[in-house]
Amino acid sequence: MTAKIALALLLAASAGYSWDEIKGVMIMQGFAGLSLFSIFLLMALGLAIIFGQMKVINMAHGEFLTMGAYTTVFLSWLCESYAPGLLAWYFPVAMILAFFVAGSVGFLVEFAIIRHLYKRPLDTLLATWGLSMILQETFRQIAGARETSATMPEWLMGSLQPFEGVDIPINGIFLLGASLVLTVIVVINLYYTRSGLRVRATVMNRDMAGAVGINTRMTDRMTFALGCGIAGVAGAAFTTVGSISPSAGGLYIVDTFMVVVFGGAGSIIGTILAAFGIAQAQSVLEFFLSGVLAKVAVLLAVVFILMIRPQGLVVAKIRK
Amino acid sequence: MLAVKNLCVSYGESIVIRDLSFEVRKNETLAIMGRNGMGKTTLMKSIIGMHKPRSGSITLDGTEIAGLDSFKRVKAGLGFVPQGRQIFSALSVEDNIRTGLETAKVRRIEDWVYTTFPVLKEMRHRKGGNLSGGQQQQLAIARALVSGPKVLLLDEPTEGIQPSIIKDIARTLNELKQLRDLTIIVSEQVLSFTLEIADRILVIESGAIVREDPRANVDEATISRYLSV
Repeated sequence: MTAKIALALLLAASAGYSWDEIKGVMIMQGFAGLSLFSIFLLMALGLAIIFGQMKVINMAHGEFLTMGAYTTVFLSWLCESYAPGLLAWYFPVAMILAFFVAGSVGFLVEFAIIRHLYKRPLDTLLATWGLSMILQETFRQIAGARETSATMPEWLMGSLQPFEGVDIPINGIFLLGASLVLTVIVVINLYYTRSGLRVRATVMNRDMAGAVGINTRMTDRMTFALGCGIAGVAGAAFTTVGSISPSAGGLYIVDTFMVVVFGGAGSIIGTILAAFGIAQAQSVLEFFLSGVLAKVAVLLAVVFILMIRPQGLVVAKIRK
Repeated sequence: MLAVKNLCVSYGESIVIRDLSFEVRKNETLAIMGRNGMGKTTLMKSIIGMHKPRSGSITLDGTEIAGLDSFKRVKAGLGFVPQGRQIFSALSVEDNIRTGLETAKVRRIEDWVYTTFPVLKEMRHRKGGNLSGGQQQQLAIARALVSGPKVLLLDEPTEGIQPSIIKDIARTLNELKQLRDLTIIVSEQVLSFTLEIADRILVIESGAIVREDPRANVDEATISRYLSV
């Protein structure tokens, strides 16, 4: 964080900005960074469970986001066509439905494909990459190749102006709120429930988890379904800030893996810190450099840090 | 109580357990002894379901369990303390014990657990991986016991444990056997420990039983010959 501010100040000073201008840029880009942070966090939460906990490289994770987004678009279209009176309140229902649609498909995918490949991570990568292409084509056949978007309820539109010159879009606040609520739900589920304990025990030692009485196969299936369901909710939330296309989810998959690996695979706190750091750094740098250069700079910084600290930002301390 | 009949277990083409049969009676402690590589751990893993046998039968109270997954065998009444403890190192002591409650009738840690293993109460919020070997062994036993097993399997429980703690483990197992109405199968190489807890000793070599003695008739010198390298 300190390094990010120092870098921004350095870039700003060298570009001849005044102190007031720098302050304005930091606030403006900070808010933009929060939106990006929300998207990264929503995407990364599901992957933090699937990749971080189960060590499954799910290249189709972005498509589960797309599935959640299309579920929302479909429900908004249904409401618009048949029950316009419900349009104001369909969105919370869409988020829940997105969870169950993506989660159910995830459950089937684990049963049909993933469970056969747990000991072959590279094959999982290939299989899920193939699955992502199948899902993209399915979306294209059902919804068409063009970008589409959900009709937003009125309470999600407009912006707040806490003080002069600062405009905060309500959908951005909603996205941030949704990501934080979902994070809390995931943390509670993983660390304070019996099902979370099953997941953590199975991840640490699958054979032993079975030998103490845990149904590890069902745990795997439910964990994968949960990760996919969370991606579905992320997709529903994503429709508040952007339009959706069959390949939209795939655009974020690299960033999402970067967030999970940089945070320390398996650590939810690490995932939050990494999503925040990467999003803010990218957002501020984008103002001074181009979008592509900002991404390159962030990627180089992440690679450099991972070379020094390969385990990521947060790692549990256990006696070896 | 638990009967193993004509059990054959292999790793690929290499046969590790050959046509092995034995039975353990209710409330009996049966020790299975033998040198490293004789098939003790493979036998234990086969009974709990971590390794599928090639052929043969394993019955618990007359019910065939050889084809069941591990978690179903635990549900049927087996408890397992593996070689090297294999506690969940990143979970707290309390969470480690809670993993064993998955098939238990009472889904909370009952008072007797911390009464039997007071050190676990003191350390219940510590990570399992940060405990000493002896403490981890107590944790592994507690984790196996909370499911309420009829038969407790212990695979080399003295491995890597200092001698003073080994005596404590023997005393605890003898107490638990009475208190929890347990049947125990223990694989071991340390004869002094085995003699403190076992009612009967089987010696296995190359996956087959070569000797069987009730504790009263054990000739220590003869058994030791089977254990020396």
